[in-house]
Amino acid sequence: MTEDHSDSTIGDARTTTVTDEAGSSRRDFLVQGARVTAGVGIAAVLGNLGNWALSYAADKAPIKIGILHSLSGTMAISEVSLRDSVLMAVAEINAKGGVLGRQIQPVVVDPASNWDLFAEKAKQLLLQDKVAVVFGCWTSVSRKSVLPVFEKNNGLLFYPVQYEGEECSRNVFYTGAAVNQQAVPAVEYLMSKEGGGCKKFYLLGTDYVYPRTTNKILRAMLLAKNVPAANIMEEYTPFHHQDYQTIVGKVKKFAAGGGAAVISTVNGDSNVPFYKEFANQGLRAEDAPIMAFSVAEDELRGMDTTALVGHLAAWNYYQSVDTPQNKQFVTSFKTYCKKNNLPDSDKRVTDDPIEAAYFGVHVWKQAVEKANSIEVDKVRKAVYGQKFLAPGGEIMMDLANQHTHKPVLIGEIQKDGQFKTVWRSKGLVKPEPWSEYTNPEKGCDWIDHQGTYQKKA
Amino acid sequence: MQGRELTGVKDRLGIGAIAGVAALALFVWGEFARAVEASAAPVLSVPSIAGPLALADVKALTERLASDDPAVHDQAFRIIIQTGDARFLVLLDEAVVDADRATRVAVKPVKDLLKNKLKLASETDDVRRSAAADLGTSRQLSAVPWLERAAANEPNRWVRYAMEESAALLQLTVGETVLKARAATILGELQSQNGLPALKEFVQQAASDPVSREANQPALRAAQGAIEQIELWSTWANVFETVFRGISLSSILLIMSVGLAIVFGLMGVINMAHGELMMVGAYATFVTQELFKAFLPPHLFDAYFLVALPVSFLVAGICGLILEATVIRFLYGRPLETMLATWGVSLVLIQSARVYFGDLTAVTAPAWLSGGAQVMVGVYLPYNRLFIIGLSVLCVTGIYVLLFRSNLGLRVRAVTQNRNMSACLGIPTRKVDAYTFAFGSGLAGLAGCALTLVGNVEPGLGQNYIVDSFMVVVTGGVGKLAGTIVAALGIGSLNKFLEPSFGAVYGKVFILVLVILFLQRRPSGLYALKGRQVD
Repeated sequence: MTEDHSDSTIGDARTTTVTDEAGSSRRDFLVQGARVTAGVGIAAVLGNLGNWALSYAADKAPIKIGILHSLSGTMAISEVSLRDSVLMAVAEINAKGGVLGRQIQPVVVDPASNWDLFAEKAKQLLLQDKVAVVFGCWTSVSRKSVLPVFEKNNGLLFYPVQYEGEECSRNVFYTGAAVNQQAVPAVEYLMSKEGGGCKKFYLLGTDYVYPRTTNKILRAMLLAKNVPAANIMEEYTPFHHQDYQTIVGKVKKFAAGGGAAVISTVNGDSNVPFYKEFANQGLRAEDAPIMAFSVAEDELRGMDTTALVGHLAAWNYYQSVDTPQNKQFVTSFKTYCKKNNLPDSDKRVTDDPIEAAYFGVHVWKQAVEKANSIEVDKVRKAVYGQKFLAPGGEIMMDLANQHTHKPVLIGEIQKDGQFKTVWRSKGLVKPEPWSEYTNPEKGCDWIDHQGTYQKKA
Repeated sequence: MQGRELTGVKDRLGIGAIAGVAALALFVWGEFARAVEASAAPVLSVPSIAGPLALADVKALTERLASDDPAVHDQAFRIIIQTGDARFLVLLDEAVVDADRATRVAVKPVKDLLKNKLKLASETDDVRRSAAADLGTSRQLSAVPWLERAAANEPNRWVRYAMEESAALLQLTVGETVLKARAATILGELQSQNGLPALKEFVQQAASDPVSREANQPALRAAQGAIEQIELWSTWANVFETVFRGISLSSILLIMSVGLAIVFGLMGVINMAHGELMMVGAYATFVTQELFKAFLPPHLFDAYFLVALPVSFLVAGICGLILEATVIRFLYGRPLETMLATWGVSLVLIQSARVYFGDLTAVTAPAWLSGGAQVMVGVYLPYNRLFIIGLSVLCVTGIYVLLFRSNLGLRVRAVTQNRNMSACLGIPTRKVDAYTFAFGSGLAGLAGCALTLVGNVEPGLGQNYIVDSFMVVVTGGVGKLAGTIVAALGIGSLNKFLEPSFGAVYGKVFILVLVILFLQRRPSGLYALKGRQVD
């Protein structure tokens, strides 16, 4: 960074002196000007020499990557951890000699939970900092707002959070779950004998695009599985909703007689009042388990878990996953946070998006090595089919649709804010950006088609 | 009384079934089954077979459970159900450790059933009730005698209710036809919400099948009667619940806005940092809790909340005092500047909380404020909400006493009515301003403390509440405490009244529209100040 700045000042200084010199007629000025020019010229030559020498040393200049996560504002709660996870992956790669023999230099920007600022910062990363790849975004609205920037400038974004699907961009790799890798298997689990054979579903969410789209798909799926429409309830609350009395009352009535489950896409700070009210009105996890898609270890870290024990969540990774590489991952994340004096470092936990952000960096690194280049088009082709032993188990990038093949895990919330895995998918689940229930005719393929295409019957 | 009669019938049936099973088991199991027979009849516990019942036997049983042949499965099932005790459960767990998936899946329901059976004798009310409710949906007729026996010596009214309900529910869903009418009547008398779906299903099935219709005639009639009874009851329960929810939300609105009513209403200061003073109160509660955790023995932990109440009042009050002395006192009478300055202060407070405390921090509600009191079938009044209702009533009473019954209150009222005249009469108006502002801030802190019971503690907490508080104060009429109370009650109850039919999102929209319309009609709120208003 500093080097760039000095470089550009030198350039600016030179041009100004040249005009000065040409414009002046007086001898003093000429002499003065000549001196300055000479001085600046020498400096410039030296600078250029240095630059040239650097580049001569076999492309050893660091590769810049962008990190686009909110570090302030409402989303900072969740996104700061992702920045830390990406930085940690970068540090790991750098410690092992970097990529293609070059170090990785992260450029961290703060879009401050402001959707317009996301687009602006993305533009800055791509055009000004000329980063090779960007890791970032959490909310769907932030992703939607940077999408045109990445598509127009042919950038590359790794997006690490589970999302509602119905998107197939050439410039984004989705390392989080599509709906068929989280919500759909979760509901199938609830309907299975093992999951309690639920017959009634209360779809409750915060009012924005992710819950609405997910619930649209779930509703279509439930109807396709012969659940009568009367047994499906759908309800939304505004952001920051605090008073869940009426809704919990409705759930209680709905759940009377058993066989009911709540599918919660309630977001952020509404979760605590919801779970508290749920427990206080005498409902138990056995009467109606709450299956949440937005509550992970990192959110539980700041909650009083007494009201949540026994409820469920669906993710692709838990901190409690028992693999050697996960133990390693959890320890190194904690040490990393402690070493860098991050807030609350002793209480930090890992969760699904943190893992997805982490392995995204490694997948990109492997692809760069395979492509032997950091050019976006070459890297993209190299990402397809890339495999990586992620903390939660081996994952694979899809061969054509830019998403990730991941395992699905249903977990039960424990008192200590961790999850106990109660069900695990057999092998990896193939991602479907377009749900088979709502858009059966659509597919996503960047090899044989140009992104979204119509399947032929 | 009908229940007792039913119990008798069931007991006979139960013993009959046990005897039958024992005979069957004798045939297959030889030695082992004889032991079962010897002990199974009266108490259903199996101390006498403790010896021969080894892990190998249990393993063999679990394998039979996983059998494809229903006869073999049923038989193993019955043996386990009737002989199982705590020790058996441990063995069962050991037996399935290295079993294959099919066996584990087959064993799970049996295990759950056994666990619940044992839980019926637990010491804790909640555990017993949970077990009873679980048994009600287990579809295992063998659970009926357990439930009835447990209900007979159950001291807790609502646990007994759950047991009776579950027993009747099992009779209705899987029991014998002759007993169904009784079961339906019992469910109706119990006003059982949980029984409603089962009753409806039963009516539908019985009505659609002309053959069984005849046989089911009395049961059908009983079930229809029960459905009517339950639905009528649930309408009343619903009304009661809606009223309670309205009161509860009103009390929360009220406790949030009383502080603002004083600062904004009486003093005319638009304090945008009022929400952040609530946040300060909430964090004061959090810190108190952490201190209790760190320095005091655990049995005193539940008392932390009582300490946190005055602490949060004081901390927020002191913050208010500082805020008044450093920012607001220079801006009296300049609402726009006050607004901007306090907004800046609020941002500073939010960010410092974020930097210092990190993101979400959890306040654990003390045990005596979690859960709820069941007042009638299906209606719980959560303790935390009852507490907030009480606290807000207390706050309002306190404010009234202070404002209208004390010397300080007299001065406050004098200053707010005519500052210059009061100053002439020797009232130290600056001091009164400072105290009034600090008092209003302290009330905000108290609200923040109370709100940790329903919500979470995070830096942006105040932002969630400040709009609602302003809405209440403005609707009520600036400067009138009574207006704030009435507006809080009105908005809260209206919100809860509208929400069931409009949903949370549109309910809120509707309330805002109504408030706007109301303010168009009466710009100065419900209780407008009459006569010549100062300033």
